[in-house]
Formats: sequence, C-alpha cells, structure tokens
Amino acid sequence: MIKAILIFNNHGKPRLIRFYEYFAEDLQQQIIRETFHLVSKRDDNVCNFLEGGSLIGGSDYKLIYRHYATLYFVFCVDSSESELGILDLIQVIIFFILVFVETLDKCFENVCELDLIFHMDKVHYILQEVVMGGMVLETNMNEIVGQVELQNRMEKSEGGFSAAPARAVSAVKNMNLPEMPRNINIGDINIKVPSLSPF
Amino acid sequence: MALKIVKGSIDRMFDKNLQDLVRGIRNHKEDEAKYISTCIDEIKQELKQDNIAVKANAVCKLTYLQMLGYDVSWAAFNIVEVMSSSKFTYKRIGYLAASQCFHESTDVIMLTTNQIRKDLSSPNQYDTGVALTGLSCFVTPDLARDLANDIMTLMSHTKPYIRKKAVLIMYKVFLKYPESLRPAFPRLKEKLEDPDPGVQSAAVNVICELARRNPKNYLSLAPLFFKLMTSSTNNWVLIKIIKLFGALTPLEPRLGKKLIEPLTNLIHSTSAMSLLYECVNTVIAVLISLSSGMPNHSASIQLCVQKLRILIEDSDQNLKYLGLLAMSKILKTHPKSVQSHKDLILQCLDDKDESIRLRALDLLYGMVSKKNLMEIVKKLMLHVDKAEGTTYRDELLTKIIDICSQSNYQYITNFEWYISILVELTRLEGTRHGHLIASQMLDVAIRVKAIRAFAVAQMATLLDNAHLLTGNTQRNGICEVLYAAAWICGEFSEHLEDPLSTLEAMLRPKVATLPGHIQAVYVQNAAKLFATVLRGQEGAPADRTVAQETSQLLIDRLPLFVQSANLEVQERASCILQLVKYIQKLQQKDVEVAEEVTALFAGELNPVAPKAQKKVPVPEGLDLDAWINEPPSESESEDEGRKPKGKAVFAKEESKHTKPRYTEVDEKELAKRREVRKAEQANNPFYIKASPSSQKVYQDGVGVEHIPVVQIDLSVPLKVPDQYVKLEEERRQKDKADKKKKDKKKRREKGEKGRRRKGDSGPESEEDITPAHMVDITTEEMPENALPSDDDEKDPNDPHKALDIDLDKPLADSEKKLPVRTHRPDEVLRSPVDDGEGVEVVPELKKKSGKEKKDKKKDKDRKKSKEEKKKKKHKHEEGENLMGAGSEVPVQSEDSNEVAAPPPATTTNEEAAKVSEAPSASTPEAVSGMAVVPPDSEPEEAKDTEPEDTKSSKHKKKKQKKEKEEKEKKKKKKHHHHHHHSDGAGDESVQNGNVEEEEPLPPMSNYALLAENSYIKMMCDIQGNLQDGSQVVVSVIFENKCDSFIKAMEFNVLDSLNSKLQRPEGAGPHDGLTVPFQLPPGISNEARFVFSVQSIVMPQKLKGTLTFIVKTDDSSTHEKLDFKLHFTCTSYLITTPCYSDAYAKLLESGDLKGSSLKLEGVSQPFHHLLARICFHHHFSVVERIGSCASMYSRSIQGHHVCLLVKTADQTVSIDAKCDEPGLLGNVLDEIKLTFSQC
Repeated sequence: MIKAILIFNNHGKPRLIRFYEYFAEDLQQQIIRETFHLVSKRDDNVCNFLEGGSLIGGSDYKLIYRHYATLYFVFCVDSSESELGILDLIQVIIFFILVFVETLDKCFENVCELDLIFHMDKVHYILQEVVMGGMVLETNMNEIVGQVELQNRMEKSEGGFSAAPARAVSAVKNMNLPEMPRNINIGDINIKVPSLSPF
Repeated sequence: MALKIVKGSIDRMFDKNLQDLVRGIRNHKEDEAKYISTCIDEIKQELKQDNIAVKANAVCKLTYLQMLGYDVSWAAFNIVEVMSSSKFTYKRIGYLAASQCFHESTDVIMLTTNQIRKDLSSPNQYDTGVALTGLSCFVTPDLARDLANDIMTLMSHTKPYIRKKAVLIMYKVFLKYPESLRPAFPRLKEKLEDPDPGVQSAAVNVICELARRNPKNYLSLAPLFFKLMTSSTNNWVLIKIIKLFGALTPLEPRLGKKLIEPLTNLIHSTSAMSLLYECVNTVIAVLISLSSGMPNHSASIQLCVQKLRILIEDSDQNLKYLGLLAMSKILKTHPKSVQSHKDLILQCLDDKDESIRLRALDLLYGMVSKKNLMEIVKKLMLHVDKAEGTTYRDELLTKIIDICSQSNYQYITNFEWYISILVELTRLEGTRHGHLIASQMLDVAIRVKAIRAFAVAQMATLLDNAHLLTGNTQRNGICEVLYAAAWICGEFSEHLEDPLSTLEAMLRPKVATLPGHIQAVYVQNAAKLFATVLRGQEGAPADRTVAQETSQLLIDRLPLFVQSANLEVQERASCILQLVKYIQKLQQKDVEVAEEVTALFAGELNPVAPKAQKKVPVPEGLDLDAWINEPPSESESEDEGRKPKGKAVFAKEESKHTKPRYTEVDEKELAKRREVRKAEQANNPFYIKASPSSQKVYQDGVGVEHIPVVQIDLSVPLKVPDQYVKLEEERRQKDKADKKKKDKKKRREKGEKGRRRKGDSGPESEEDITPAHMVDITTEEMPENALPSDDDEKDPNDPHKALDIDLDKPLADSEKKLPVRTHRPDEVLRSPVDDGEGVEVVPELKKKSGKEKKDKKKDKDRKKSKEEKKKKKHKHEEGENLMGAGSEVPVQSEDSNEVAAPPPATTTNEEAAKVSEAPSASTPEAVSGMAVVPPDSEPEEAKDTEPEDTKSSKHKKKKQKKEKEEKEKKKKKKHHHHHHHSDGAGDESVQNGNVEEEEPLPPMSNYALLAENSYIKMMCDIQGNLQDGSQVVVSVIFENKCDSFIKAMEFNVLDSLNSKLQRPEGAGPHDGLTVPFQLPPGISNEARFVFSVQSIVMPQKLKGTLTFIVKTDDSSTHEKLDFKLHFTCTSYLITTPCYSDAYAKLLESGDLKGSSLKLEGVSQPFHHLLARICFHHHFSVVERIGSCASMYSRSIQGHHVCLLVKTADQTVSIDAKCDEPGLLGNVLDEIKLTFSQC
C-alpha cells in the first residue's frame, strides 16, 4: 500500500499532497516538514530509499523518492510494494506531468514547479489514474494517457472549468521569477519511455 | 432568480480562480497568512452564491489551501454540493476536495450516500470513475455497508476502466465492512482471470493486500496464483504475486519447494531489476522456510547470493542498497554464503551513502569470526575517526560493541585488545553511548579475571586523564565511562601499581562536577583504594607516614563531597569521612588497622544474571512450603549472595563445587519446565495461532514434534556445551599457533586467559549463568524475546521471526475484520448505556495476538452449529412441530419482505455454489500438494440458505439441483444488507474453497431458529469456548419483524444445576440480561451470552424467556417470547485439526473407549457425508483413503473424539473412540440424527 504521495519543492513547500489515510491538517504539515527534512539533506547521488519517518508509518514503511528539477516526489509505502517498482512509478508520473505540460501549453518543455503550482488539480487527476486509494491502479502508459485525455476532453465539451490555464500561463510569462530554473532539459532525467512498460 | 444568476456570473468574472490565488500567495510572501485569510473570506462569500460554477471554483481553491495546511472542514457541505453537480467538470472538483479532506468523522459524509450511488450507476463511465476514486479515499463503514452491493455490481461492469476501479476499491470496502468480504470474494477471485490486464492486476493487488495480513486464508489460492505467475507477463502483477508467495511459504513449505524452480527461471530470464529482486527475495524466504529440512538447496542460495552481488556491485545506489538489504536476510540462515563476500561488504562501508553504510554495518554483525574480528573492528575504528555526523558515528560505536560482545564475546580472542578498543572509543566526543562503553568495561573486567590487571591499569590512566573526557563543558555521555573506571580501579585495586596516585586522581576537586551517581562511585571506591593503600604500606612499617598522609588526604578532600547536593554522594562521603577520621586516630596510636579496613571490602563480586536468583535449585530435603523455623542451609544461599560474609577463599571454593550440581539440576528443571510449557502451548489457542504450523499442534504431547518452538528450546541448552567445545578447540589451535607468532609474551597471556576463562571463571560465573539466563527467557513463555539472544545459526528461529511480524500486523486489520465488530458502533449508538453491561463476554479483547485466529475459529464453529441448528429446526417443524403452526407463515412473510429489496448481484450465488464444492478436496494431500485445505472448509452463503431451507425443508430429500435453482432465484431477490450477520460469519471458508470437480455440496447453514412470534425472531448458534472448558457462548440474532420499535429486551434463562447463564456481578441468579441494543423495524442484531457448563457429557435443554417492549407511535406493549435452548453434545466439540501420526499415537495409547454406529441407506456421496460430519459436528478429517476416513475432534474440556468412517453400498459404519464414553454415545446419536434427516 501507498500511504502518501508528497510533492514538495526544494524549500519544502508542498506542491501536491495526497494521503491515503486520514491525518489532520496540522499533522499533514508536520509530516511534510519531517519528510522534507529527511530527504533534503541527502545528496542526489545516494540511494532513493529512506527508512521511514517517525510520524508516518513506522518500521514497515519506507520513503521512496526522486528529486527532479526543483521538486521532490516522495512516496511513503509499506513492504508490500516493490521499491524499484515504485521508483519507476514515480518516473512514470513525472513523465505524465511532462506530457500534461506539453498538452497544456507548448511553451513549457519540462516539469518545472510552476506547472504544478498552478495546476495542482490537474496533476491530481493524473495521479488518480495511476494510484487509487493507496494502490497502484494502472501502469500501462497508453491507458493512462488515454483516460486522462478523454476526461479532459469531456471537461472541455462542458465548456471547461474556466479559461484558467491560458490565463495562468500568460500571467506567468509576464512575471519575473528569477528563482525558476529556465532550462531544464528533459534529458537530465533519464526517462526512456519505451523502457517504462517493462519497468 | 434569473437576475441573481446573471449577477452571479458577472461576479464570477472578478472571482479569483486557483491560478490567481496561487499567484497572489506568491506575491504576498511577506504576509502570506493575512492574504490567505482574506482569500478565505472571499471564498466564503463565493460559497454563498447559488452559481455552482462559483462554488466549484471556491472549492477548488479550498483544496489548494488544504494542502497548505488550512482546515477547510467548515466547507464540507459545500463540497458535497459541488460533488452533486451534474457537470463532470464540477463533480470532479467536488470529489477531489472530498477525497482530500473528508474522513470518518466528517458528518456530512452521511449525506453523500445517495449521490455516490447515483454517480456509481451513472451512464457516464467517468462520473462513475470519479466517484469510485473519491470514495476510495473517504469510505466509511456506513458508506461501505450501503454501497458494497453497488460496487460489487460494478465489478462486472462492461468497461474495464470501471471494473478495475471497482475491484480495487473493494479492498477499502472490506476494511470498513468486513462482512462484505465473504460474498464478494468469489467475484474477486473471478477477476483474477479477467481478460483485461488492468482488472487482473487490480484483483491481484487486492488479494495480495488481503493475503499479506492473513496469509493462511489464502493458501488455497496458491495454485491459481501459481498459474498466473507462470503465465503473466505484467511485471507489476508478477511482483505482487511473488511477494505474496513470499508471505505464504512460511506457512506451507511444500509450496516453497514448488516455487524454487519457476523463480529460478525468472531470475535467469528477466531483465527487469525490480522483478529479479523480488524473485531473489522470495527465493530467500522459501529457503528460510525450508532450511530446517532441506539442506540441498545450496545451488539456489548460490544463485541468490551471486545475483545480489551483482546488485551490490552495481553503480546504481538503489540496487546496491537493496542488494545489501536482501543479503542480510540470507545472512540469518546461511551466514557462510554471505561471508565469502566480505570484501564487497567491507567496501560498502566506504560508500558515500549513509544508508548503504548502515546496511553494510548490519551485515558485518553476522560476518565476524574469531579470525577476522580484529581486522573488521580496526576498519570500523578508522570509520569512527572519519565519520562526520554523530548519528552515524554512534551507530558505528554500537555496532562495534555489538559485534564484539555478541554471544558472550564468542569471537574475542584477546581481551586486552578489546579493552584498548573500548578505551579508544572513549575518545569520541559527544557520543550518547558512554554508558554502553562503561557497561562493557565492567562486564569484561568482572567476567574475564585474567584481564583485570590490564584493565585496572588502563582505567587508572583513564581516571588520571579524566579531564580529557570531561574537559568539554557540554555534558556528554562519555563521562559515564568514569563510573566504570572508578569502580574497576576500586574493586580490583590489588592490581594497581600505584593505588595512591589513583586515589589522588579520584579525589580531585574537578570530580565534583561529574554527575552524582558517578561521584558516589568515586567516593565509595576511594575508600576501597584507601584500604589497599593501607595494606600496601603496612608491609613496610617504615612508611607509616605514607599511610597517615593518605588518611589526611581523604580527610582533606572528602568534605567537598559531603557538601554535595546529591544525597547518595553526601551520605557515602560523610560515612567514609567519619570512618577515615577514626582510622586516623587509630593510626596515631600506632594501631595496625589495615586488616580491619580491608575486611570492609573483602570478598569478590561475581556477576549474576538478572534472573539467576530464580534458578537457585532447592536443596534436597528443603520444603519451601514448610519453612517455619527451619533456616535453609547457609552455604547454598551464600553462593548466590552477592557478598559472601565469609572469607573470599571460602566463597570461591564453595562456588566451585556447588556449580556442577547447579547446572545439572537446572537442566532437569528446565526439561521439566519445557514439558509443562509444551503442554501449555499445545493447549493454548493463542499460542497455536502464533505458530506457523499452528494447525498441527493440538494434542498434548502427541503433536508436539510439529512445534518448531521445541527445536529452539532444545538448541538453547545445547549451545552451552557446544560453546565449550569450540572454545577448547580454539584454545588448542591457538596454543599451537602461538608458538609461531612473534609476540610470544602477549600470546601466552592470552592462552592462559583462555584456559582460565574456561576452567575457572567460566564455570564459576559467566559460562553457566549467561546461558541459564537465555534459557530463562525462553521458558518465560516469550519465544519472541528469546530470539534475539539466539544466534544467527539457529535456522528454526527464522520462520518464527518472520511469522511474529506477520502476526502482529494483521491484528489492527483483523480487528476491523471481525464480523461482530462493525455492529458494535451501531449498538453503541442505539443504547450507549447498555453497552457496558458485559453481556457479550466473548473474549474478543482478551489477547491481541490471539484474537484474529480465534475469531476465525469461532466463525467456523458458529457456522457449523448454525447449520446444525438449522437441521434441528427442520426436525422440529416436521416432527414435533415445536414452533407451532405459526412457523410457516412468518417465514413466508419474511420472504416477501425480501422480494421488495433491490436486486443484488446474481452471479454470487453460482460462485458460492462452486465454492461449496471445496470440501471434496478435504483430504490434506489433495490438489497438487500446494493447497492446504483445512478439512473443515464448508463454504456457503449461510444466510441465503436460511429462509430457503426453512421453506423447502419438507422437500429436503428432493434433488439438490432443484434446491439450488430455487436458491438462486431467491438470491436475486434478496437484499444484501439483510444478510450481513451470517455472511460475515466466516471469510475463511470461502477463501479456503478449492474448486474441485466432485459433485457440489448442498448448502449448509448455521444459525437455527430459536423462537419467533409476530414481533421478533430469534436465531441462535451455540459454540464452545476454547479457552475456558466450562463456557459455552450462545450467539443470538434478534430480528424485528414488526413495524414498531422494539426496546428494553431482556434475555433470561432458567438455570439448571449443570448450566448457568453468566450474569454480571451483583445480579441475582434469576435476573435477566438486558440485550444491549434496541431494534428499529426490520433491523436485526446479534448479542452473545455466555453460559457456564459443568458437565459436557450430556446434552441439555434450558428454558428461557425474552421480554421486550413494542413501542408504536401512540402506545407501547410488553411482550414476551419463550424459547428452549438446546445444548447438544456436538456444540461442546471444537474443530481441531490433527495430524495423522499424532492421531495414530492417540489411538495406540489405549486410553480411549470405543463404540460404533451403522447408518443404512445413506445415498449421498462420501465427501458430502464427511463434509456434513465436519460441519455439523465439528470434526476435521485426519486422513481419507478411498471410502474410508479418519476424523478427529476435541471437546472444550479436552476429550479426544476419534472417528473412523467407512462407507459401502449405502451403508455407513462409524467406529468411534473417545476417552469419555458418555459423550461419545451422545455425539454418535446426534450424528445419526443428522443423517436421518437428510
């Protein structure tokens, strides 16, 4: 079981949190802080597993994370999940966010924090197609892309939630945000799409 | 209105959307909280609008704020509003918000039930999908109960997208509403073979998750999973299955044997690291479970180790980490194979990644030997110096000490070296483990006599340089070491070269800054040193001045301690100060005082194991119960006493000759205890549960060979002699080798040490006490605790270890899974006052670890007796017509009630029928040797059959087929909700169901009608209480059949001499028990009543009455209902599995008396016959050969009942044996009755 999925940035600011077990809001924040504390002090070239934080889980739980661009993607899982499998799953999710970003607006070529910030809901919807109630729902990339696409199309056919994405993007473009990394190559992260399906 | 809408949409143009909110927050970094609070105010305004789009936008923003830690539960109702929007766009927002912030105590969740149901059945698959996804996050017991049926229907939806989500969410439903597991399971199982890989994967996921908590129940699925494993190409699925097998193998070694080959193939063939890794892991698990019996799997081990080596050598840190992790599992059972990779592991110690270093450290623990210990520790010491963070350094420190001290310093050949390592470690600044080092110093100095001179010298240096340790003003733990140093110098001061200077060092003013307990030791040991100095000086009278100066020194320095704030220090200091003053006086009179002063501290302190006192054998002829005025023999008690008052010489001698006797008796005593414990374990249901081979262990003594624990117990005492032998060998070798070595002097010392250790200090103290201590732990009924003290070589431990973990986890889960549990909240709601009454004395909460299995047992039993009751009911109806003429009518009415209920899933019933073939596979050797089928598995949809049975009872003899058809029809009409009492009765049976080709069994059910009238119907089930041989638990379902509220139910039974209803304390013998709930119309609920029974040899009937108040809108009437509780002899029997060899022994023992029974004209198939006996009479099949089967059961008071059932030409002969002929006779009569009815 996956107990929680946390995405936060290099400063520990949450960008997306998804708990599959109830924690009160303040406890959630505490968990995020603790996890950030654990994860952030690790080099990028060390292993991606961490034996659990004290707040979430316990001895049976592990933190499995990836640091991508300015974001940490952290999964808190128990022993029934395959460590390497989850790592690949995170990869898949990052990939989807990339895909999502592309479909959203061509001007972003990489997952950078901004996309997550402004479209947390959209990222949630993607995530929901991959993980449900703490269990991995689907690992077939095409299937996931297809379902997400169809739902987005449905939303569009209903007139859309708002013209928000476009507005947001234009707003962001006009903003001066020096701390955002300008150029993150997709090549930095070794997503080899074909190799994902067999892991 | 229209205007309002227009206004709303105009407003909306100015509303912030999520993106605006986020941007705003980013732009208000300085006063974020303030900005957000204004935003929340805006959101509150927006939520007040009628426009759903505005609301959705607001809710979307709230979801974001929730992520930032703001409590948004106040908007829960608005979220529900958005959820119920007809537009997918808004619905999705609503569900997302709900999934983020709803939880069980969110009260508006109650409002969502219908909305969710509507969404689930929406024609739009994404509405359904979104509802399922949302529900998976906030499902509550109520939602689960109400929606279980809808979700179950969705499991067969035409769209795979819905199917997979429905399958997956079932896990959450099971958790919240355990009763649904049984009915849903067949369909879930079916989904394992769904054509869509996503659905299949989801089903595997759910079953693996279920099985992980309760592996035993899923053993029967092993063949199916095995098939999947060999056919599936989806790595996710494979990984899950392989992980599941890892959990199953400890329970069923035969499974492991089958697995090795395909897993090995996978290891060779797969290119996916994740899969490879899981395969290796499971192979390791298999090997661990086999390791006791099967030594010839070295090839597999080699393969695993080799693959792991590849992982560890990989540049990917993740693989390296996992490789080490898996390696440590192998280490426990096959240390040798790991040891050959020492180089690699040592290399990992240099890794830059701390997680990897820690893993490598773990491995080191198991890899040390006498040969490489020094080398490894040297390496670790280097790391200690280099280590940057204190945490890692502390970890290293404890590891070094662990490694060195493991199994009584088994690997240490040179204790001087060890002491110097310890002294070296004291240089560590800021460590938390000072006390650990200190206790090691003490331990070694006390236990290894030969080292004392060296140790004392080292400690004296430490004391002299104490300022180095404490110099750092920050209070670090390392000063604890001074405690040890001071004590060692004081206690063994005869080895000190210059006691005077050490004494001086111990009385420095700086000492006063140390923690109190250390100062106290300083003061006390200063006195010891003083005695030594005096004695040393008196040999040479010329130096009398030195002695006097020493006294003066003490008199000068001690007042500092007398002023200490610490009471202990103060007391000791003032005491000693006065003493020294007195001595000084004597000295001035030229009196020889040394001897007297020395006598103060005479005698030796020997190590005593914490529980050694208990081990003191009772001397012959000493009756501890008759102790008055007969003092126990002095000598015995003195051995053990810490400070013998006699002279040291004597104490030593005594201990020498008392010792052998000590162990001998001990050994005997241990054996005795072991026997007692075995017996106890065999009888203790909780214990049985914890054991992996639990099913095997039931009869005292007979089945004991099956208990792995026994092996542990035996091996522990054996370890001691073993150790001796090893030590001896070691010593000899070393002596030989010593001559060749350069440092002859040192080596000789060591050799001597070894010898002394073995011959002298060993027998006297450590060697016997420590193992005794270990044994002691095991005899404490705490096998888990015993494990850590055992070494890695002990293979049998490991299945246990794994199992212990396994058992602990399911608890939390299975608590939720108790069928009765979920009723409880309802009951509490209905009558919170009554709940505490203790009517339900069922020992649910007694013992955690025991609970799960017990409950399952209970379920099983209950199911059986339920069925039995059913039969009885039929008899009643047909023959005596006890229930009166009315009985037929109400049943009908009930049926018609149910027709009105919404249609549940149709296939379930077929499924159940299929599963009910299971008993045909009852013989243990059946089905490919992989599935273990508890012989008593009688799956059935208990509740289903009830009304059916009642109705069709008169046609019982008609073809089963017809009955089945009818039942299916009925099932269609029946509302699931009504069934949960009996549905939940046993998850196990369904899962145990093993599809075989033999003819299906007729359905059997469990709860029998107790009594009914137009208001209420009582169904009951009687079962023995396994823990208490004199208790019988009667579970009664009360069902309200009228349109009015029924309350104030009181259950009363007229006690007989033999059987009594257990009433709460203070209640009179004729008082009724209040039923702890009330019944709204159409509702049923279950209560349990405990009866105490003295003799179980005879069946009994008890008359009872239920009184209750029927409350309608305008009036309430008192009503009563009489009933007769029938305790049959079979209700005292408890299904107890038995192994054939144990069974044979039991029969051979000759304690059992025989009897036999012949049944003519039994036309049913043999497996049905066996199934009936199993089900109705709580037997289990021991062995079945052709048309002959042996069966076993046990009564709650421990009577064994053995049956040999043979069939030929419609004649069944049953030869039975039991140690209680009366009981046997009655049981046989009841069996006869069962068959006469069908």
